[in-house]
Amino acid sequence: MYETIRYEVKGQVAWLTLNRPDQLNAFTEQMNAEVTKALKQAGADPNVRCMVITGAGRAFCAGEDLSGVTEEMNHGDVLRTRYAPMMKALHRFEKPVVAAVNGAAAGAGMSLALACDFRLLSEKASFAPAFIHVGLVPDAGHLYYLPRLVGRAKALELAVLGDKISAEQAASLGLATKVIPLSEWEEGVKQFAERLAAMPTKAIGLIKRLLREGEETTFDRYLEREAECQRIAGMTADHREGVKAFFEKRKPLFRGN
Amino acid sequence: MSEWNSIAVRQEGAVGIIELARPHVLNALSRQMVAEIVAAVEAFDRDETVRVIVLTGRGRAFAAGADIQEMADDDPIRLEWLNQFADWDRLSIVKTPMIAAVNGLALGGGFELALSCDLIVASSAAEFGFPEVNLGVMPGAGGTQRLTKLIGPKRALEWLWTGARMSAKEAEQLGIVNRVVSPELLMEETMRLAGRLAEQPPLALRLIKEAVQKAVDYPLYEGMQFERKNFYLLFASEDQKEGMAAFLEKRKPRFQGK
Repeated sequence: MYETIRYEVKGQVAWLTLNRPDQLNAFTEQMNAEVTKALKQAGADPNVRCMVITGAGRAFCAGEDLSGVTEEMNHGDVLRTRYAPMMKALHRFEKPVVAAVNGAAAGAGMSLALACDFRLLSEKASFAPAFIHVGLVPDAGHLYYLPRLVGRAKALELAVLGDKISAEQAASLGLATKVIPLSEWEEGVKQFAERLAAMPTKAIGLIKRLLREGEETTFDRYLEREAECQRIAGMTADHREGVKAFFEKRKPLFRGN
Repeated sequence: MSEWNSIAVRQEGAVGIIELARPHVLNALSRQMVAEIVAAVEAFDRDETVRVIVLTGRGRAFAAGADIQEMADDDPIRLEWLNQFADWDRLSIVKTPMIAAVNGLALGGGFELALSCDLIVASSAAEFGFPEVNLGVMPGAGGTQRLTKLIGPKRALEWLWTGARMSAKEAEQLGIVNRVVSPELLMEETMRLAGRLAEQPPLALRLIKEAVQKAVDYPLYEGMQFERKNFYLLFASEDQKEGMAAFLEKRKPRFQGK
């Protein structure tokens, strides 16, 4: 069903693996479409309570496949038709998404990681905001997310200088949730994803919705949205379970709804 | 008509609710469905216990357009004899306040149905559009008229010509939608608004609706004259006496629609 990615649901975690290792998982039109489709599939699947995006082989994702770039190419249309649907699907995805950055994340591959909720970095991981080296601007939502993560001054520095960022540097910039040693990589990612998958999924989705709203609206409207989201969260079984467990002095068992 | 095939009708307190109930075809508006909607709306309109009418859709669409299969082989002569859009004209003379609770896609006739309502509450997942142009035709149930009166000819033309879909947020910014709410709370918020209107003096709501409709169609002077007459007319109501007495006595009024 998918050719450029692997999509597997294990337990309550959906694993999306960019799977063109020989091309360092560079994006093609098909891969954009398949990632978009997988996001919709995971979003609609009530069993999925967390999503992990990672790369097969030694890279996370090398960004756009430059072998497809031609003289006649309309770069704007490539973004509109291929990347925008994917980034919108990710932006609106109301379950936790983890980028498990196993290796190099360059160009739009870095953008993809920036758009995720959490970034787990392997010791070998690196970010390469390389757009400037080919005379382009960072795309796929890059400059929307980056200043929100590291501040405007740092975002400009990273985007303009285009220097490669090691896992360690990424961590000190605030671009990594954590850096995981190579020997613990797979287990570490799995544990983190499973921890998220056991949390009150609906509330996490609503937190994401509120953060998104907050970026787009006025304070008064935000407060109305907040009231709406709390009303929705207040009706979940997980909320009742959380309160009950608190009074019974036990660990809550959340089911995600 | 008490047997409904394509809609579900219920009343909650003073609010009459009509739900388009053909989710397997995204509530495509067949002629029968439109006839049922209009019949149900008119029945509520005649019922004094119903103060507000809410229209919504079951499933992921509000209504995703007309039933194309039904009209693919039509010709102008048959359409003239069918006179199907007369049903839509009847919707526009309903006096009870109508709210569309748009849960999902509102395309073509579905958009026109929402525009036929007085207020629109939209789920943030709702999308609006007039895709008729992509089929080589155009809206026929008021789309070009109502959209233009709402947002002006330049913006209306772009949406009608391209057939592009408008998000709930865009519709709100354009002034087409009164408010956008989380999908989970669409009915709750719509019913809250409906409940608030149901507490208001119904005669005043009806005459205000009439006057606002005139404002859209009449020159200003004629509209002002019309407004004035409705204003005078309300002084014949018990609700006016009650409303002003309650104001002077600093208590909450109890309106009865008399």
